[in-house]
Amino acid sequence: MAERFESVGEVVDRLRSVDYLADANIAGVVYLADKLEKPVLVEGPAGVGKTELAKAIAAITGSRLIRLQCYEGLDEAKALYEWNYKKQLLRIQADREHESDWAEVESDIFSEQFLLTRPLLEAIRSEEPVVLLIDEVDRVEIETEALLLEVLSDFQVSIPELGTIKGTQIPIVILTSNNTRELSEALKRRCLYLHVDYPDLDREKDIVRVRVPEIDDELAEQVARVVRSIRELDLKKAPSISETIDWARTLLFLGRDEVSPEVIGETLHVLLKYQSDIVKARKELVPEDPPLKGTGFKGVAAKSGQ
Amino acid sequence: MLDVLQGFVHELRAAGLPVSMTENLDAMRAVEHVDMADRDVFKAVLGATLVKHHNHWNAFETVFDVYFSLWSPGVDGGEGSELDEAWQAMLADAAGAGAGGEMSREELAQMLLDALMTMDRDSLRQLAANAVTMFAGMEPGRPVGGTYYLYRTLRQLDLDDLGARMMGRAREQGPIGDQLGERLQQEEFDARLKELKELVEAEIRRRLVADRGIEAMARTLRKPLPEDVDFMHASRDEMIALQRAIYPLTRALAARLAQRRKRRNRGHLDFRKTVRASLSYGGVPAEPKFRNPHPSKPEIMVVADISGSVASFARFTLQFVYAMASQFSKVRSWVFIDGIDEITRFFQECEDVLDAVHRVNTEADVVWVDGHSDYGHALEVFHDRHLKEVTPKTSIILLGDARNNYHAPQAWVVGALRKRAKHVYWLNPEPRGYWDTGDSVISEYAAYCDGIYECRNLRHLEQFVTTIAEA
Repeated sequence: MAERFESVGEVVDRLRSVDYLADANIAGVVYLADKLEKPVLVEGPAGVGKTELAKAIAAITGSRLIRLQCYEGLDEAKALYEWNYKKQLLRIQADREHESDWAEVESDIFSEQFLLTRPLLEAIRSEEPVVLLIDEVDRVEIETEALLLEVLSDFQVSIPELGTIKGTQIPIVILTSNNTRELSEALKRRCLYLHVDYPDLDREKDIVRVRVPEIDDELAEQVARVVRSIRELDLKKAPSISETIDWARTLLFLGRDEVSPEVIGETLHVLLKYQSDIVKARKELVPEDPPLKGTGFKGVAAKSGQ
Repeated sequence: MLDVLQGFVHELRAAGLPVSMTENLDAMRAVEHVDMADRDVFKAVLGATLVKHHNHWNAFETVFDVYFSLWSPGVDGGEGSELDEAWQAMLADAAGAGAGGEMSREELAQMLLDALMTMDRDSLRQLAANAVTMFAGMEPGRPVGGTYYLYRTLRQLDLDDLGARMMGRAREQGPIGDQLGERLQQEEFDARLKELKELVEAEIRRRLVADRGIEAMARTLRKPLPEDVDFMHASRDEMIALQRAIYPLTRALAARLAQRRKRRNRGHLDFRKTVRASLSYGGVPAEPKFRNPHPSKPEIMVVADISGSVASFARFTLQFVYAMASQFSKVRSWVFIDGIDEITRFFQECEDVLDAVHRVNTEADVVWVDGHSDYGHALEVFHDRHLKEVTPKTSIILLGDARNNYHAPQAWVVGALRKRAKHVYWLNPEPRGYWDTGDSVISEYAAYCDGIYECRNLRHLEQFVTTIAEA
């Protein structure tokens, strides 16, 4: 098995080269996933770059990204493999004239040329390097999860008519979950677990600067601080990283070089998506009356004057 | 190393984390691949293999800090030498002649201020250590917890004053701007002070581990996981953790119930869909299709005791039930102490459940005579006013410890309610062993209820809600 990374530092550097800023936690787990050849289960709030991580890894390793989007009702015909039933029919009909032996036909129509590979099978059978992204795995029913288990632990697929198909390679597998339900123990046990949370101030600022290169340092700092301040409030949905980036872009687009209460008031809907959240944040951050000097921080001002 | 790791895993299990055999093996394989000198990566790697649930991360972090605060790889036996070093520092503290001893308090404050303004992490760590030396007054072998030392150090450091001085300095350096600017600056400084506090905490822990040994220390720090925290004895921090845990839990539960409901007893045959599906089998209806069933959602009435002893339990349960409101066709709620008041309106008016709970606490009219729980009177009033609103679709949930202060229990009321309602349940936040002791009259009510549940933590609550949503 070709090893993809030399060290954790290298993971960080290479991810940075594709504009993905990983902290020690993310880089460490990615590195380990490669070494231990285990899938990574990434959990965290929406919009912190879980799916983005898989794309970034595919980009730096020069692999093809195969994506399996999960949804309720996903079954093995869509995740693993399916028999090409129309082609099988044609084969049988084409055979009528030759009157060949049934056993022969049977073994023929259940051979690999009648097999349609779906994302999971395709990922392990691919000749080129692959990153397999199983997105929003919490959306499938708990029974369907079991479909994934064989692939995730042994990188093989058992097909009753054909036997076990071994993988030609061990891809990097990233599973993402928004945690709408508890995943089964069996699945968790087979994965490395990575919880991605909102970044701290410095990292968020760096992310904004990398993703919105035209922004200047000062504004990026202000953006990151305001977003941190908003996340401290008790909201239905705190702003995600992608929303922070959108907001920074909006500010640039509007030609603002400074974050003032009025600007926040005008553009808050980019960051927050619930009306009650917007109202709450506006009440906290945008003073209705013209700001009075020193109010709210009177105690501070008095003390520091000593 | 393997021994340390085994002890570590053992302690994790003792703290309640489910660490399986495979996970343990993974962790052992994992540490071979990383350089232990990089603590962040080392921690990430152990966390990724051993902790599979975000709620457990805090517990993991605590144990990690205890186990690996002294463990540095480097030379073989490096463990011993650094342990000795911390031990020496500790002895020096006791003698009152530590390295930081020469520094005056004002000097330390000044240096801290400088370090905080520029956020120089190395000198901050050093200064935190100095502060612990000067202020904590740690004595080897003294059987007090880390919080005691932390409190002593922080009181002397006076973080509020430091924060104020930082604001002062920031103002000198240039205008901060309007109210928003002030707020952002203040938050920035708060974050830095929090970091300082964590450094001090880590330093104290390091020295305590040196004094008492890893295992003893881990034992004293062991805390229950959020879902196991007892409602009645939760500390303030645990309350906050509980608060945070409720919403994801209800969301997960709602999703699970919705799925189960969909699969359970399917609706009647959908002829059109079946015919359409039959086309792919050459007109043979090989795959019958069914309509989605109409879920029958129960109507819920919650009647909760909110007297002092069980207030937090009632609050969490109400919050939980309202967060699950989509699973029920209608939710109404009442609170009582010795008088009873309907509070459904608060939850309708406030969009935020927390606001509603706050209004319940301040506005609900629940005191009739003396503000001691009187289940009998409260239930009787409920019976008189609302009995005719109870229908065969209603499930009634009574919350409380049934400690009736020796008033008349009026248990017949529960019987009358049950005759009209679909189910009557009682949730008791006390451990089963305490039931019917003292003034608790739970068994008198139990005779008329469909079920009586011990409900002391989120796990119990979750189980209960699953039962009624399916009933």
